[in-house]
Amino acid sequence: MRIPFIVRFLKATPRKGWIALGVFAIVALVLLPALHLFTAKDSALHVSDYVITVGGKIMCYAIVAVAMDLIWGYTGILSLGHGVFFALGGYAFGMYLMRAIGHDGVYQSDLPDFMVFLDWKAYPWYWSGTGHLLWALLLVLVIPALLAFIFGFFAFRSRIKGVYFSIITQAMTYAFMLLFFRNETGFGGNNGFTDFKRILGYGITTPGMRVALFALSAALLMFTLLLGRYLVTSKLGRVLAAIRDAESRVMFLGYNPLWYKLFVWTLSAMLCALAGALYVPQVGIINPGEMSPANSIEIAIWAAVGGRGTLIGPVLGAFLVNLAKSWFTVAFPEYWLFFLGLLFILVTLFLPQGMVGLWRKLRGREHGA
Amino acid sequence: MSLHSSEASQQWDDQAATSHVLKPGELDLSHKVILYLEDISVSFDGFKALNNLSLTIDAGELRCIIGPNGAGKTTMMDVITGKTRPESGSAFFGQTLDLTRLSEPEIAHAGIGRKFQKPTIFESHSVFENLELAMKTDKRVRRSLFAVLADGQRDRVADMLRQIRLAEQAERPAGLLSHGQKQWLEIGMLLMQEPKLLLLDEPVAGMTDDETERTGELFKSLAGKHSLVVVEHDMAFIEQLGGKVTVLHEGAVLAEGDLATVQNDQRVIEVYLGR
Repeated sequence: MRIPFIVRFLKATPRKGWIALGVFAIVALVLLPALHLFTAKDSALHVSDYVITVGGKIMCYAIVAVAMDLIWGYTGILSLGHGVFFALGGYAFGMYLMRAIGHDGVYQSDLPDFMVFLDWKAYPWYWSGTGHLLWALLLVLVIPALLAFIFGFFAFRSRIKGVYFSIITQAMTYAFMLLFFRNETGFGGNNGFTDFKRILGYGITTPGMRVALFALSAALLMFTLLLGRYLVTSKLGRVLAAIRDAESRVMFLGYNPLWYKLFVWTLSAMLCALAGALYVPQVGIINPGEMSPANSIEIAIWAAVGGRGTLIGPVLGAFLVNLAKSWFTVAFPEYWLFFLGLLFILVTLFLPQGMVGLWRKLRGREHGA
Repeated sequence: MSLHSSEASQQWDDQAATSHVLKPGELDLSHKVILYLEDISVSFDGFKALNNLSLTIDAGELRCIIGPNGAGKTTMMDVITGKTRPESGSAFFGQTLDLTRLSEPEIAHAGIGRKFQKPTIFESHSVFENLELAMKTDKRVRRSLFAVLADGQRDRVADMLRQIRLAEQAERPAGLLSHGQKQWLEIGMLLMQEPKLLLLDEPVAGMTDDETERTGELFKSLAGKHSLVVVEHDMAFIEQLGGKVTVLHEGAVLAEGDLATVQNDQRVIEVYLGR
């Protein structure tokens, strides 16, 4: 009796999860877009540009937080370099966005402004084909996946674990940041890519495009949650958690942890890259700052605050921390990093399971959904 | 993936070394011996944990290994299971499988199961899931991603749950079991792997007398179909098992024979009582 895969995929998410996803889909895919597009700007029901842009941005962060939790919360490998996959996805899609500017740049040249500025006469070889959306999307997935696979293969094969792994991921993202800061690398140096005009001929700041990117982010977030749910309820998910809890036992049972870690690590990197590709057109800029070590640490904080080892936790964490950040950086800009650090310490000490753990405790349940 | 490449190289070695027909990667018991250790040496920072250790275990045998702390018992198990590579010497599983060249998962696949001194189970998984993960099956990533538990497999887990007397606890997180129950769960996980050779490091530590007795009965019933190597300090338990006893001291075999012979050996008495 073989159950079709698609049925098992859909069954992995329980009824309550589907209801929550359904509500989310109605709000994010129908209600908010409609209220943005079809109400007058001064109407009380109008959803502003700001809400759509910030909402889309935070949903991209939430995808990254879930991806982080697959590798950290479920497999026990703390990556402090996930920002690099997010940024590479963003850069890969940014190449398409730069070429879509066409002749509308300051210098009205065939080349992006930063290349004209460097006195380059032609695109470097790795820019070839990036004018095609599909090729750019392929690069979004393949480049970060390749980096993750190669880096992961050597790190996991050498059995680098725990804090040592975290440190070399920090070093990796830092190295990429330095590389992308250089003008000669061909990605706009410290200014990165900006001044995007259009995607597939449609203006990037039009309400329709805004809403489309917002809805795509919401859809990708929902897909990420469904995929995550399938993974963690599959036998593979049980092996991952077993690697987290007792790796030597896993080996002596005949599983090779290398391939399991590599699978979830690469998948996690690809999800980050897709989120990065959706993020860049919504915020209108990508620069090497996205690869700074602090950014990657922040991703881990989202997951920790929301609740490691749960799927909904990281989503909540990403929303909460970023909404707090939006408010804090306006009200007390110089204290934000202190607050973030304090939050991380407090959560680690008093709420090891994050907000989800707190909620469960309040409901008096030991474990469950 | 790595399994295949080393199987291929294994095949070459096998063909070069012997003349009769071999199935690569499979245990060859044609000489009635399941484990050969020969002149194995391992040292850590100059300390000789194993010093030219030689030992053979027959197929179906139940062997007890005793020795004072630091005699090299655990290091020997590390060498057999691929965790530690010996500096010199050879370790063969059956006639053909060179244990010094296989990885831990490959050795587990070949048919060696190991119980650690400290019970090592998956504490946040249920008892049922612990046994499910241990069950002999294709353990590659792609299979695990799409695996569905067949009815027959479910029955096998259920049988094992009864055998290790944990049927009532099947859905509980394994971390909540008592120490003795954890020991039994780990033994159950080993058996789910269907190993040919079981290495058991202090399997009855922390068990009640009753549990110890039952464990002894279980091991005796396994001998014959499986080969067992039991490291223990509990002399009453060793007496109950009744197999051949090997005494390790300073990384080498000091004495070998039945328990009474070994206990009357002058060198063994000196090692245990001090000189």
